[in-house]
Amino acid sequence: MTTLLSIKNLHIGYGGIQAVKGIDIHVEQGELVTLIGANGAGKTTTLKAITGLLKPTAGTIEYDGKNIVGEPTYKIASQGLVLVPEGRGVFPGLTITENLQMGAYSRPRHERASIAEDIEHKFSLFPRLKERAKQTAGTLSGGEQQMLAISRALMARPKLLLLDEPSMGLAPIMVQKIFEVVREVSRRGVTILLIEQNAKLALQVSQRGYVMDGGIVTLSGDSKSLLVDPKVREAYLGEDVAV
Amino acid sequence: MDTFLQQLVNGLTLGCVYAVVALGYTMVYGIVQLINFAHGEVVMIGAMVAFSVITALAGSGMPPLAIVLLSLLAAIPACMLVGYTVERIAYRPLRNAPRLAPLITAIGVSIILQHVALLIWGRNYIAFPQIVRTESYVLTTSVNSATITNIQIAIIVLSVVMMAGLIALIYKTRIGIAMRATSQNAAVAGLMGINVNSVISFTFIIGAGLGAVAGVMVGSYYGIAYYQMGFLLGLKAFSAAVLGGIGNLGGAVLGGLLIGVIEAFGAGYMGDVTNVCTLNQFLPGFAAMCDANSNASLLGSNYKEVYAFVVLILVLRFRPSGLLGERVSDRA
Repeated sequence: MTTLLSIKNLHIGYGGIQAVKGIDIHVEQGELVTLIGANGAGKTTTLKAITGLLKPTAGTIEYDGKNIVGEPTYKIASQGLVLVPEGRGVFPGLTITENLQMGAYSRPRHERASIAEDIEHKFSLFPRLKERAKQTAGTLSGGEQQMLAISRALMARPKLLLLDEPSMGLAPIMVQKIFEVVREVSRRGVTILLIEQNAKLALQVSQRGYVMDGGIVTLSGDSKSLLVDPKVREAYLGEDVAV
Repeated sequence: MDTFLQQLVNGLTLGCVYAVVALGYTMVYGIVQLINFAHGEVVMIGAMVAFSVITALAGSGMPPLAIVLLSLLAAIPACMLVGYTVERIAYRPLRNAPRLAPLITAIGVSIILQHVALLIWGRNYIAFPQIVRTESYVLTTSVNSATITNIQIAIIVLSVVMMAGLIALIYKTRIGIAMRATSQNAAVAGLMGINVNSVISFTFIIGAGLGAVAGVMVGSYYGIAYYQMGFLLGLKAFSAAVLGGIGNLGGAVLGGLLIGVIEAFGAGYMGDVTNVCTLNQFLPGFAAMCDANSNASLLGSNYKEVYAFVVLILVLRFRPSGLLGERVSDRA
């Protein structure tokens, strides 16, 4: 296996607050890795640094063998490192089809035919999106927007997909559906780094996990062993393990 | 009734120019939420560059239409360069600053551009060479007749073509969709691999190109250009954009046409309506004024600049987001 993403000694601070205090995370080709932790643990901040939206104060982020710290967001994205942002971030005034086209923006123009095929493929995965292809994304429900956001990210044919809280604000049945999609995308060979507050689901679907708290990684390992780890169960799965 | 059709023709011609300039304001506002007060000066520079080219070539024996075309081909890239440069050096460093900073900067840029033009073209009114002979055509309906000149026809046709081209660009092309995506969520647009800075530059360049053509149209229409011409023109076009709902392309066109027509009708009718002898028939106290000068009006055509702003204030009183301002999804 080759390492696709390797974060070393990453520090991120802004506004006088040190949000991430030296973390090491790596993701191997083909893996589905999860990063769990409570609100304010530094998960989203870490993702913002990976995608170039925030500049780290120290440390390196190596993607596909080269340090991407300091590169602008659009250049990082066009190298196949694509984030589905927290809160979905669909373009509300663009139609479903236009949103998907924008997902493929970094692909060269001569791929026009295969981009059109990919759009049809996303429509076959989510018939709901096809029905509303010409409607603006702002008219979709939260769950449908999340489907669109993930489809849009996949339009880039990413090597590494970052998912920031895909279950946030969705009804339980929608959450199940989204996680099925995540599992399916992973099965088809896309490497995924999944950020979640829903620790149980995230650990069930992933192979490895990192637990973040207060800006540092407090635990890491196989998702199966993290699921039964007493500390994880007490802090993140809401289970009483005192007995 | 002849006044009606004639003022409608004049108003629509002027309205087309305002609409084309207003599109420049509204596109830039839609994408960076900045009121680019220097846009009127870009229009002025377009007129000035065209003036220089036409003056230089007027005696060359080239066909007049070819000279006008060449003047456009010089004015458009010149204005695009100005638009790009202004964004790059004055606005981009302030992208994340409080909104007042870029606004004041825009006013500063406007003053700088005026004075650059003052240095190059001087402080006097410049007579725009009328190399294309004006020809008038009579329009008649069952009750009306009015004339329309070849220049008016050219302005209207050119404006409609440019608006159609802009709509096709923004709604049908990849860069156009990227412009709309950036205006809706610039951070996410970046995450999709869109170079947001390039898209913003492109928006300024397209707006400035439209402004250049508008400058040439205004110069040819009034036959005059001077270094401060961009101020009032820009203010009216900006008002047109606000009237239609700033950020909304259709709104800019509607607002531009309305401002042009209101201005023309104001100039055409308000003088007669406020003639002191007419008023004397309904209100006391105008008899002496009527005796002194029976042609005097309270609001003569010198007041034509006022009506558009009065309507703007009235509309905003009841629809603060402008006529089409609620259709946020159309922002570009």
